Amino acid sequence: MRLILDVWRQDDAASPGRFERYEVAEATPEMSLLELLDMLNAQLVTEGRDPIAFDHDCREGICGSCGVMIDGRPHGPVDSTPACLQRVRNYAAGDIVTIEPFRAGAFPVIRDLVVDRSSLDRIITAGGYISTATNAAPEALTLPVNKHQAEAAMDHAACIGCGACVAACPNGAAQLFAGAKVAHLAELPQGQVERYERVRSMVTTMEDMFGSCTNYGECVPACPAGIELDVIAHLNRDFRRAVIHERRGEQPRRDDVPWLARLRSGPWLQSDPDDRPTDDRDADA
Amino acid sequence: MSIDLDQRRAIGDEIHGAAPTGDVKTLWEEHLLNLRLVNPANRRKFKVIVVGTGLAGAGAASTLSELGYQVEAFTLHDAPRRAHSVAAQGGINAAKAYKADGDSVDRLFRDTVKGGDFRSREADVHRLAELSVRVIDHLTALGVPFAREYGGQIATRSFGGVQVSRTFYARGQTGQQLQLAGSQQLLKEVGAGRTTLHTRVEMLDLIVADGRAVGIVVRDMITGEIRPVTAHAVILATGGYGNVYFKSTLAKSSNVTATWRAHKRGALFGNPCFVQFHPTSLPLSNEWQSKTTLMSESLRNDGRVWVPKQPGDDRAPGDIPEQDRDYYLERMYPAFGNLAPRDISSRAAKLQLDAGKGVGPLRNGVYLDFADAIERLGRATMEERYGNLFELYIDATGEDPLTTPMRIAPGPHFVMGGLWTDYNQMSNVPGLFVGGEASFNYHGANRLGANSLLSASVDGWFVIPWTVADYLAPRLGTEVLGHDHPDVVAAVADARARVERLLAVGGTTAPDHYHKELGQLLTDHVGVERHAEGLAKGQDAIRELREDFWRNVRVVGHGAQLNQELERAGRLADYLELAELMALDALDRDESAGAHFRSEHQTSEGEAMRDDEHWTSGSAWATAGDDGRPVRHSEPLTFEAVPLATRSYK
Repeated sequence: MRLILDVWRQDDAASPGRFERYEVAEATPEMSLLELLDMLNAQLVTEGRDPIAFDHDCREGICGSCGVMIDGRPHGPVDSTPACLQRVRNYAAGDIVTIEPFRAGAFPVIRDLVVDRSSLDRIITAGGYISTATNAAPEALTLPVNKHQAEAAMDHAACIGCGACVAACPNGAAQLFAGAKVAHLAELPQGQVERYERVRSMVTTMEDMFGSCTNYGECVPACPAGIELDVIAHLNRDFRRAVIHERRGEQPRRDDVPWLARLRSGPWLQSDPDDRPTDDRDADA
Repeated sequence: MSIDLDQRRAIGDEIHGAAPTGDVKTLWEEHLLNLRLVNPANRRKFKVIVVGTGLAGAGAASTLSELGYQVEAFTLHDAPRRAHSVAAQGGINAAKAYKADGDSVDRLFRDTVKGGDFRSREADVHRLAELSVRVIDHLTALGVPFAREYGGQIATRSFGGVQVSRTFYARGQTGQQLQLAGSQQLLKEVGAGRTTLHTRVEMLDLIVADGRAVGIVVRDMITGEIRPVTAHAVILATGGYGNVYFKSTLAKSSNVTATWRAHKRGALFGNPCFVQFHPTSLPLSNEWQSKTTLMSESLRNDGRVWVPKQPGDDRAPGDIPEQDRDYYLERMYPAFGNLAPRDISSRAAKLQLDAGKGVGPLRNGVYLDFADAIERLGRATMEERYGNLFELYIDATGEDPLTTPMRIAPGPHFVMGGLWTDYNQMSNVPGLFVGGEASFNYHGANRLGANSLLSASVDGWFVIPWTVADYLAPRLGTEVLGHDHPDVVAAVADARARVERLLAVGGTTAPDHYHKELGQLLTDHVGVERHAEGLAKGQDAIRELREDFWRNVRVVGHGAQLNQELERAGRLADYLELAELMALDALDRDESAGAHFRSEHQTSEGEAMRDDEHWTSGSAWATAGDDGRPVRHSEPLTFEAVPLATRSYK
């Protein structure tokens, strides 16, 4: 089947980009959209032209390498599916498929469809982990974990780090990504010790690079890992608690972040500074 | 055709893995006492390079960094999390014995030795089993959301080749969760300023000076800059080379370049012909399919494998009554049934396919049927256990395994071979350590399911950090090599010349075309079943293909930019050399063992026939000398704790 491809071409970060039109004559329905790019690239190389650069690796939806906008949607026409698993069968002969890089302020284009997503890792570097030195762990059964909590943690931990949520967001926000990690670790007993320092650190780092969340919810259908919007509620709840903890002196103040200082003095915390919530855990229920 | 092996290879010396002798149960503990230590205040004086940020690499890098060494970590991906460990689905074995089913460290040890068909090093395998217990503790502490029972305990399941339940899992995404735990630890160290992480940087060569590994040559994949990085020790955790078959279950960027370049600089390559074909891959459906999709082996817990009894039966699976079905694994291997080990299941499937009993439009698969399990456990349980695998399958084929049996077929998956290492995970080049799938020592001629995440975790977190200290301790006070050292300059010049040579060929054929051809040659001649004549033919054909590659490849673009064609061509150039050695090793090893099935060596029932008298050994290949013949050294293997026996799963 014949398809027309409008593909974003850009030589490097400094050069301006443009769409170029190509034609693929013999696409087949079971091909993935990345295999469609493979086919087009084989054609281009035969003609001695530069193939289209794009990130991809496992081709089975788990590595999170692939990430392109297809017809204006992160990863392509089918919801909750990474580009490597989107199929040509969703198109009809003669259709135009528009392929461009993820568009987000925090993801500068490197070349063609390849973008720099290292900003996501900077969020993890700020606190998306549990600090346990190798060889220091207790016997694994010491802390039983409620099955439902383990399942919920796994739901949140399923994030593949592709950045589709950011690309889908009109604000270019990374709340779904950061929220997934915060929620994953906060769900488990092992994650409690660093819970509030983690969220404070991750959010302050995130806000430096990404836009802010205004609850559009565009990220959810774009997410290939099925991360739900509730992780953002989780993120916000834990973050607010972290600020309360800071006010109470249970956590060191961070004076290096001006907007944190504004939050700290904001009306939403002014009602009664000594009003200690009876039990943080109860608020979770 | 007469095959004169001596024209193809030279015989080298007997070598030894430096495993301590004594009671295998206490070896590692005693060995730890004998390893030299580096004082905490002195660790920052040592710089260690870690190539690869998969489970083994991230584990080693983060642990060494926590200990206080200066670590430089390298990955060709844009983020450490993307390493191919992420794709392991089913689980990780550990001898926790959380169930009253008779499991123990010794049983995991025995299962692994036996599963590897007695071609691995006993001492190393025992260590693997012992440390498995710590690995689960560590991963749990790092926040891996292992599946739980209602009482809060960690759940386990069974995997192929064993009769106990010792596989820990996080849905069908165990590798992802372990990989995330590892890469998060690595990023934690980056944040603490103790580790420098280089992303989108590819290793092109190893720098060896005075016989020691002292650094690597890397290429920045965005700018094309080629530069040296020197250190006191180099750790390679760069994964396996199964992608040499082109259509494999591996990620597209998985490659052999790091280990192959180390081999060219003197590191011995162990058992290159030991390749595992995974029995539960999806059958290929079209020419443009870029890889073979893997379905976790865990599916065999609840799925029954069958083909129609009559060749060419093209009825829909639901229309084929019980009496016309052959549940061949249950029939041939009643004790293990559908959980027979991978090599045996793959070969059994190939027998059915060769007999014309394949199913599906291209008749290239066998059925994996969940109907009985659905009836027994209900759809909800099945969805909970295998939900994401089923989704993957539906997406790939448009068929729902809850209503129609899955179709599966053997696909190249994991390589037991890799750089030869001693008991300290150090290659014969001092200062060069190798861990995870890149090394060769645990799995013998066949790997048991869920032992791959285990060996990567054990090497990275619990072996290499200790053994590297032993190597570094006496080198206190030595400086890393300057970039003007002649050996450094020469290695960089070599790497640059190779890139320029690739760009200068100026032929007409794309690298991927050669890769597909190479994959076909290997599948035909060095596949599930091999024989001498085919291997000799295969070796010659691979050499011809390589010569053609260097005459006719076309690498478009230039070297000073992000150039994925250049990356592919460089990796393929190394694959073309490796493939020849794989064929030669398979030809040289004149026996059947595990996944290496030579059709000349089989029992009357079609089972693999080992030749213990001549081949109870590991092959460790040195790169070809001036006469063009690679040299095969040999490491004798002894089996004391698990006496040599014919492997039987009947």
